[in-house]
Amino acid sequence: MKEIILIKLGEIVLKGLNRRNFEDSLMSNLKRRLAKIGEFHVQIAQSTISVTPVHDDTDMDEVEDCVSKVFGIAAFARACVTEKDLDKIKQAAGEYLADTFDTPKTFKVEAKRSDKKFPYKSPEICDEVGGYLLERFPDISVDVHEPDVTVTVEIRDLGAYIRAGLIRGAGGIPVGTGGKACVLISGGIDSPVASYMMAKRGLELTAVHFASPPYTSIRAEEKVVELLERVAKYSGRIKMFTVPFTEIQEQIREKCKEDYFTIIMRRFMMEIAEEVARRNGCHALITGESLGQVASQTLKAIECTDNACDMPVFRPLIGMDKEEIISISRKIDTFEVSIQPYEDCCTVFTPKHPKTKPVLAEVLREQNKLDCRELVERAVEGVKLTTID
Amino acid sequence: MKEIYLDNSATTKVCQQAVEKMVEVMTENYGNPSSLHRKGYEAQKELEDVRKTVADMLSAEKEEIYFTSGGTEGNNTAVFGAVGALKRRGNRIITTSMEHSSVIESVQKLEKDGFEVVYINSVDELTNVITKDTILVSIMAVNNETGFINPIEKVKKMIDKANSPALFHVDAVQAFGKIPLKPKKIGIDILTASSHKIHGPKGAGILYLRKGTRIVPLHYGGEQEKKLRPGTEPLPNICGMGTAIKNLPDMNEELQFMRELNSYCREKLKDIPNVHINSDTDCLPYIINFSVEGIKSETMLHYLENRGIYISSGSACAKGKKSHVLTAMGLSDSLVNSALRVSFSRYNSKNDIDELVKEIANANNTLAKIR
Repeated sequence: MKEIILIKLGEIVLKGLNRRNFEDSLMSNLKRRLAKIGEFHVQIAQSTISVTPVHDDTDMDEVEDCVSKVFGIAAFARACVTEKDLDKIKQAAGEYLADTFDTPKTFKVEAKRSDKKFPYKSPEICDEVGGYLLERFPDISVDVHEPDVTVTVEIRDLGAYIRAGLIRGAGGIPVGTGGKACVLISGGIDSPVASYMMAKRGLELTAVHFASPPYTSIRAEEKVVELLERVAKYSGRIKMFTVPFTEIQEQIREKCKEDYFTIIMRRFMMEIAEEVARRNGCHALITGESLGQVASQTLKAIECTDNACDMPVFRPLIGMDKEEIISISRKIDTFEVSIQPYEDCCTVFTPKHPKTKPVLAEVLREQNKLDCRELVERAVEGVKLTTID
Repeated sequence: MKEIYLDNSATTKVCQQAVEKMVEVMTENYGNPSSLHRKGYEAQKELEDVRKTVADMLSAEKEEIYFTSGGTEGNNTAVFGAVGALKRRGNRIITTSMEHSSVIESVQKLEKDGFEVVYINSVDELTNVITKDTILVSIMAVNNETGFINPIEKVKKMIDKANSPALFHVDAVQAFGKIPLKPKKIGIDILTASSHKIHGPKGAGILYLRKGTRIVPLHYGGEQEKKLRPGTEPLPNICGMGTAIKNLPDMNEELQFMRELNSYCREKLKDIPNVHINSDTDCLPYIINFSVEGIKSETMLHYLENRGIYISSGSACAKGKKSHVLTAMGLSDSLVNSALRVSFSRYNSKNDIDELVKEIANANNTLAKIR
């Protein structure tokens, strides 16, 4: 018996003339991800994608996990395929559902007949298959209102499919259809979540990470790689640029007022990220800022950092509570990595009393004590590329 | 780049003889000591050989030595085992605020379960807090962060004088092989030690249990180690430990060498501004704890690592997690946050210290300071 995965498209189906582009993107994203697991036939027909493993020993749990993380998918299901022949369908349903129905359950059968050449109408299919299952599994009973299991029989152009239930997909729109953006990632809880959220809206990700050895350790950098590896399960490949940031931090430390340290540092980060982004074809920056979370994320502080760059800055977490952010980070499996305690560039030299209401003019006056352009240029020239796939 | 390893209280390099012994045990004498055939018998002989070596080292009897996986398991077995055996005789546990986390977190668990735990800052306070319902006194011989030495014999006398039923546990992980330890003579009930601090492999440790003392095991499921620590013995690790012990240099000579290194290091460090030495001169000379005020421990550690020098941040590495030992000593936050620990072994030399001090001075001149 052949098991496959059926995929229902999300928002894509609402698109107009460029719907094909979205579908093509989704198909190629899906194929690329699946290629890591094994060989598959991936076909699209009647707004449904079917993923058919070439080899019988394919681990379908792994395939399910992979599919559940591809954006652009509203829902999917594991299903068994058979010929479009009522007896064969009954037989296959009986075998495929044997595990599901080995304990007492209520069920109903639904049928979808998109191949109108099939000789039985939907209600007839339901009656036939339902009756067969009732006979075969003595412990189950019918409940058409609130069944434990909904068995769906789909008669499609390519074959007949039997499935039990539908699993919610990752939602969103296919990565890459929205262009490319660059996320500033530190290693905390927020930036991986922000990355995930923007990839969900179709953006391909590039990342910049700021490293300040010896104030930060190689472990902090490895932690970021591990975080991005987890995000990449959703977003696909990520190019990560590590920026040498020691000199800038030392200079700010030495020459600027202590309470402006963080805000000036963040302005440098935005400026450098923007330049790296531009050189790599990105058209926006992404940060994990959440309004009021820390001193550098007050409205006044964001006003000051935002001023340091021209690109649009996406802050998907801006209106979220920490608890909400944490629950997403648990869902995407980055939380446990994020809370490993390594010093990162944001915690080095944290002033005791940072300005919560910095004034831009004063910030600029402080920052201009430094040779900003040259510092930024040197940092951008020194970036190191790591590709995360 | 030359490697200068000065973090020997964290772990040590395994000595060559121990490595060779382990290879031999893994490739030739690989039997299970519990097997009845010759292979098993030969393995068992190896195991008992090491037991004899350890017993001699501690001036104890072979029957009093049990093998564990290391310091943490030993300390857990000691604490939970003693309390489990004596829980009907009392409810109070006494320990110090500067124990290793394998003791601290064990007694914290017991505290949650309803036992009363008293943390003393100095053993002098023991007389005031020990009662007839005290069932365990757990005190480390040498502190791992500073090298501070506790007067173990004095503690024993205080316990005896109080006429308390308490078992006396000594965590000797940092002391074993470095200062004379005679648990039987002193009257220690349980003593724990670890292999990898004395040039043996990781994964082996020792629990001395005074004859006639009963403690409850943590693990069940086998006859090994008289049911106190069931499970197939990790013979390569245990034999590596035995060989490492046999190859320890003469204790007095090595102690003298460490005193020289230690005072040399102190003298040199004194010339660097902002350096505060946190270990007293009467601490175990293997360890010296100091702070370079204004430079976070972790920053200095990475600075030195980039130059091939390996030391430990005196405060526990975790962000926001300050050293409970240094805090208990009453050091200011700025000293705790910049604390470093250098710990020597017989493989170090004065040249290593010259390099270390030179680089610390450089770091002090070039690194940006926290204010």
